[in-house]
Amino acid sequence: MPGKLKVKIVAGRHLPVMDRASDLTDAFVEVKFGNTTFKTDVYLKSLNPQWNSEWFKFEVDDEDLQDEPLQITVLDHDTYSANDAIGKVYIDIDPLLYSEAATVISGWFPIYDTIHGIRGEINVVVKVDLFNDLNRFRQSSCGVKFFCTTSIPKCYRAVIIHGFVEELVVNEDPEYQWIDRIRTPRASNEARQRLISLMSGELQRKIGLKVLEMRGNAVVGYLQCFDLEGESGLVVRAIGTACTLDKLSSPAAFLPACNSPSKEMKESPLVHPPSHGCRSTHNSPIHTATGSRLTQNFSVSVPTLIYTGMGSGSAGKEGGPFKALLRQQTQSALEQREFPFFTLTAFPPGFLVHVGGVVSARSVKLLDRIHNPDEPETRDAWWAEIRQEIKSHAKALGCHAVVGYSESTSICEEVCILSASGTAAVLNPRFLQDGTVEGCLEQRLEENLPAGCGFCHIPYDELNMPFPAHLTYCYNCRKQKVPDVLFTTIDLPIDATVIGKGCLIQARLCRLKKKAQAEANATAISNLLPFMEYEVHTQLMNKLKLKGMNALFGLRIQITVGENMLMGLASATGVYLAALPTPGGIQIAGKTPNDGSYEQHISHMQKKINDTIAKNKELYEINPPEVSEEIIGSPIPEPRQRSRLLRSQSESSDEVTELDLSHGKKDAFVLEIDDTDAMEDVHSLLTDVPPPSGFYSCNTEIMPGINNWTSEIQMFTSVRVIRLSSLNLTNQALNKNFNDLCENLLKSLYFKLRSMIPCCLCHVNFTVSLPEDELIQVTVTAVAITFDKNQALQTTKTHVEKSLQRASTDNEELLQFPLELCSDSLPSHPFPPAKEHLESASSNSGIPAAQRATSVDYSSFADRCSSWIELIKLKAQTIRRGSIKTTVTVEKASPMGEGNFRNRSAPPCANSTVGVVKMTPLSFIPGAKITKYLGIINMFFIRETTSLREEGGVSGFLHAFIAEVFAMVRAHVAALGGNAVVSYIMKQCVFMENPNKNQAQCLINVSGDAVVFVRESELEVVSTQQPTANCQPSCTGGEVTT
Amino acid sequence: MTSELDIFVGNTTLIDEDVYRLWLDGYSVSDAVALRVRSGILEQTGATAAVLQSDTMDHYRTFHMLERLLHAPPKLLHQLIFQIPPSRQALLIERYYAFDEAFVREVLGKKLSKGTKKDLDDISTKTGITLKSCRRQFDNFKRVFKVVEEMRGSLVDNIQQHFLLSDRLARDYAAIVFFANNRFETGKKKLQYLSFGDFAFCAELMIQNWTLGAVDSQVDDMDVDLDKEFLQDLKELKMLVADKDLLDLHKSLVCTALRGKLGVFSEMEANFKNLSRGLVNVAAKLTHNKDVRDLFVDLVEKFVEPCRSDHWPLNDVRLFLNQYSASVHSLDGFRHQALWDRYMGTLRGCLLRLYHD
Repeated sequence: MPGKLKVKIVAGRHLPVMDRASDLTDAFVEVKFGNTTFKTDVYLKSLNPQWNSEWFKFEVDDEDLQDEPLQITVLDHDTYSANDAIGKVYIDIDPLLYSEAATVISGWFPIYDTIHGIRGEINVVVKVDLFNDLNRFRQSSCGVKFFCTTSIPKCYRAVIIHGFVEELVVNEDPEYQWIDRIRTPRASNEARQRLISLMSGELQRKIGLKVLEMRGNAVVGYLQCFDLEGESGLVVRAIGTACTLDKLSSPAAFLPACNSPSKEMKESPLVHPPSHGCRSTHNSPIHTATGSRLTQNFSVSVPTLIYTGMGSGSAGKEGGPFKALLRQQTQSALEQREFPFFTLTAFPPGFLVHVGGVVSARSVKLLDRIHNPDEPETRDAWWAEIRQEIKSHAKALGCHAVVGYSESTSICEEVCILSASGTAAVLNPRFLQDGTVEGCLEQRLEENLPAGCGFCHIPYDELNMPFPAHLTYCYNCRKQKVPDVLFTTIDLPIDATVIGKGCLIQARLCRLKKKAQAEANATAISNLLPFMEYEVHTQLMNKLKLKGMNALFGLRIQITVGENMLMGLASATGVYLAALPTPGGIQIAGKTPNDGSYEQHISHMQKKINDTIAKNKELYEINPPEVSEEIIGSPIPEPRQRSRLLRSQSESSDEVTELDLSHGKKDAFVLEIDDTDAMEDVHSLLTDVPPPSGFYSCNTEIMPGINNWTSEIQMFTSVRVIRLSSLNLTNQALNKNFNDLCENLLKSLYFKLRSMIPCCLCHVNFTVSLPEDELIQVTVTAVAITFDKNQALQTTKTHVEKSLQRASTDNEELLQFPLELCSDSLPSHPFPPAKEHLESASSNSGIPAAQRATSVDYSSFADRCSSWIELIKLKAQTIRRGSIKTTVTVEKASPMGEGNFRNRSAPPCANSTVGVVKMTPLSFIPGAKITKYLGIINMFFIRETTSLREEGGVSGFLHAFIAEVFAMVRAHVAALGGNAVVSYIMKQCVFMENPNKNQAQCLINVSGDAVVFVRESELEVVSTQQPTANCQPSCTGGEVTT
Repeated sequence: MTSELDIFVGNTTLIDEDVYRLWLDGYSVSDAVALRVRSGILEQTGATAAVLQSDTMDHYRTFHMLERLLHAPPKLLHQLIFQIPPSRQALLIERYYAFDEAFVREVLGKKLSKGTKKDLDDISTKTGITLKSCRRQFDNFKRVFKVVEEMRGSLVDNIQQHFLLSDRLARDYAAIVFFANNRFETGKKKLQYLSFGDFAFCAELMIQNWTLGAVDSQVDDMDVDLDKEFLQDLKELKMLVADKDLLDLHKSLVCTALRGKLGVFSEMEANFKNLSRGLVNVAAKLTHNKDVRDLFVDLVEKFVEPCRSDHWPLNDVRLFLNQYSASVHSLDGFRHQALWDRYMGTLRGCLLRLYHD
């Protein structure tokens, strides 16, 4: 009997009219937990009932507390017929089960009905009294904290990072049970919502048990997914990284070792000179060693991609013995683990030593009915197989661990593609064990690994490379070898030296496939997969080169299977890493060199490509310092020289082929145009339009090269579905349609968010699904963050300058606090320097003057408006007719004296009764400090309609539903006492329609971490202490670099 | 390739003021897109027409969903579905309840009934305002009217409280409600030169001084209905023109005071009796509903027009009216000084406002 759950129903508001005769409602509430139900009294004839109930008490096991959701149903009492349900609220009480999180859930929750959507709100208070349980064999795991955030949460310190935890539970999907034929859609939806809620509770509890076994106290990077397998069942699976976390008592004591995206990262707990990173290699993409095989149950493992370079590098000898020692240490730490995987994408300084490259594995499976829900062995075995493969790929790259690890599925009918990917890496063992290794090794590490490039150095033996790679000496330290291109699935390490800014790079691909059944279908798919992977990779590589960049971060390749096609969408953030060599250009080679017009065409294309590269370099401010060749001793010409070379080639078409041969082998990327397909590829390369000026985009947490975020953020979800006309279903047409769909979507986003310029779209997350034969659905969730243009310009300087600047930047930041307090209306220029500075900024920013003018105009209007509301409220409280009347004299009555009016206006805040809750897919909030994590938000909703047209068609239906989902997330966070959701993700948005029947259904699954944040401007007290403490870390950073 | 579904949902609801205006003005999506294209937005932003179409659709959908809440603005503040900063909420409400001068002049003083609603077609054709926009404005008037019509307390405060409008707009609505309730005639050709502002100004004065609420703040309808007792009493003023001695005395007092100060002194002197008779008779007739409705017609006919035809400058009108009202205090035989002040104080303000070209 370890817990007592107490619930109080306070009141309702805005209820729908349930009784047409009186235009009122006789509402009462049922509160259900497990098998116990309580009821409130009926509150007669009101749309705003005040139940003010007693405390309903449930005495329950903590196991149930973890699994079961609290279920609150609002009903309309009817004397003669059955009571009508108004709607429900499910409350996950998990956040109340660990001590540091929320202590009470109290607030207004939207009352949700799966058919009608939100119907009013209900005010509920929930508390839990937990009794200590000393039972060693308990089944519950209360107290284990869960975080969706894929880095160490801001107000914690990682003591030990234990490693991978995974679990899955299966069940029959209520939608496919026989009973579904006789029950109402509402009952069916509710059964499904409830089941999934139960299953995710159970899953979380089981994962928690595993964490306790590992002696951890938290799961970071927790990712839970649903596989709706249709007839064969419902799978809920989760992965995460078990850690032992320590709460930081006074975050101000820890100060930043380096410049960070938000000042909040200053809390980053481990103050050690930075030495870490990530890295992978490039060029010829497929590592064909692990050929595809067809197992009995039709599992096809598609060869893992190891992105490598081509050409063989020369051996380097330095660091040998040390590396070996390090490897040994790490190995021993990791060998105890079955899967040395980490779902984290950002790490404490010093954690990541080297990065090998992206590893991925896919497997095609045929689904069969899950016969025994209690034994989910088949699904477990499938995943174990894939993980094993990932592990072996990482080994091949000389790495013992995989970071930035994630898993996903794509299901169409009975075929399922399981995918896993991550970044092979060498880790610092210090964090993996109980602090035993700290000592000499650590020191040596820090001496040996220069900041900002260590992670780029290859982890594998140069003499014994697992694949052909083109190695050079690191451009930063000149001591170690680096590959020429690096692909990773993690975020850019905060101390990595980047030149210029990053950008979102996408590869998009469609492949038609014949409709087939079962095994034939699975075979067809598995035959297509390697080609798709290859092409996606080629596209990524081409686009990266076109941008003049040399590394990809946050790479995510999604392969979606449909009835008659496969779609591939890869997103990543391209950057120019200072440690890696300058990327070569793209050379086009023709197959028939004697054809004059063809030659001309080719040279024309070549010129276009070269121009684009030059333009991109300018756009993203990529101007690496010139390095003299003697120092490097590498055959790579310096960038300027090369671009000149390229240009001269394009002028004289005759020489092209020859030059290609000599040049291409070394570093340039050769595209051979031997057929129309290739032509198409080149064309498609050039169709990607860069974002309008003032806009940047990336799919990582932060935008490389921008570190001066201002506080305005806008999270959004955009969904598009297009119908393909079945006539033109060729691969090319498909590709074009898909490409246009994505490009148009991005263009729309830029247009919609233009008022935020200068801003950056961060964590841009595309999801593709194929709900029907000719439908393609793309869902995008991202956050737009504004930044300060003035400061941004400074960051393009070289590393040394940058590190010097850090100290001054930080000081300037301090100055800004008091200013921010008084000049809230100028959020885009938090520190107003000289007047000229501002003016030059606005003239540079490329925003039409008219647009500026209107926005300024608006703000004054807005101020007035809000003051009106304020004013009205004041008045409402003290209405004294006489007093108001006497003030109105004849003289004054006409155009109200403006001055008089302003005097009465109060500051335009705190007048909304609904507290603002921010949502962001990032782990931080710019300009603010997260002070508390309140628990995980994991919600699943179904919405169905039988009056699609009346609700504004499919767009109206989904628009309203997504808005409702946001509202419910915000309400839950607010009830927990939070004011933001970080690491928010919409994991699933399954939309089905049947316009002929006027019906549609949609399932949405979202998750994130509820937090409390405090604006930095409100933290002056803390900040005034910073300057002294601040210098030291940044100075050390500087020393390490030089 | 056709777009089946295309939506954008922000955690903070995006409101584009320009599109909001187009929506309020009743333009269809395609018209709105065309108008936006003409505004040069494509060149400014480098967007395509398709992007604009999608953006416009999206905003229209949002506004459509918000409209239900805008009908009861406090709901907009308390709802959870759309996260909108308070300043934007205020803007949405303020713009939604804003109205066109041309439209309000057409319906001011008319009964806000179905009958009038049917005439909106004509009003739309006449004013060039889209029918949709006319309907919105009309429904707003009617909605505000219905809510505050029988409410206790100050009309302006009630409107502000229930519709969260700015002070200025709430005063305008008070005028509209007051006019609709008393059905003042404003549509006659003679009155066409008057703006809504002129009427609203008069309405405010009348609400302050002539309604029930002016004497007692605890009655229903206090600001919407005129004080019947007061109107009855106004008959007493008739003696100012009926009693010849009083009239002469009044005239001589005014003339003595104004001699040399008025550019149009002789015209004033010649017209005094006519003007005074006009003003007092207007008062005496206010017992009949019909005559109440014609108040503005009468004022223009009996006072504004005669003065205008003699080219009185506004300042002379002011001097005259001041003196005309004040002199009554010196008439020993006249006992209804308070009544006179209550009547004339307001009327003087109205007349000065109505006196222009």
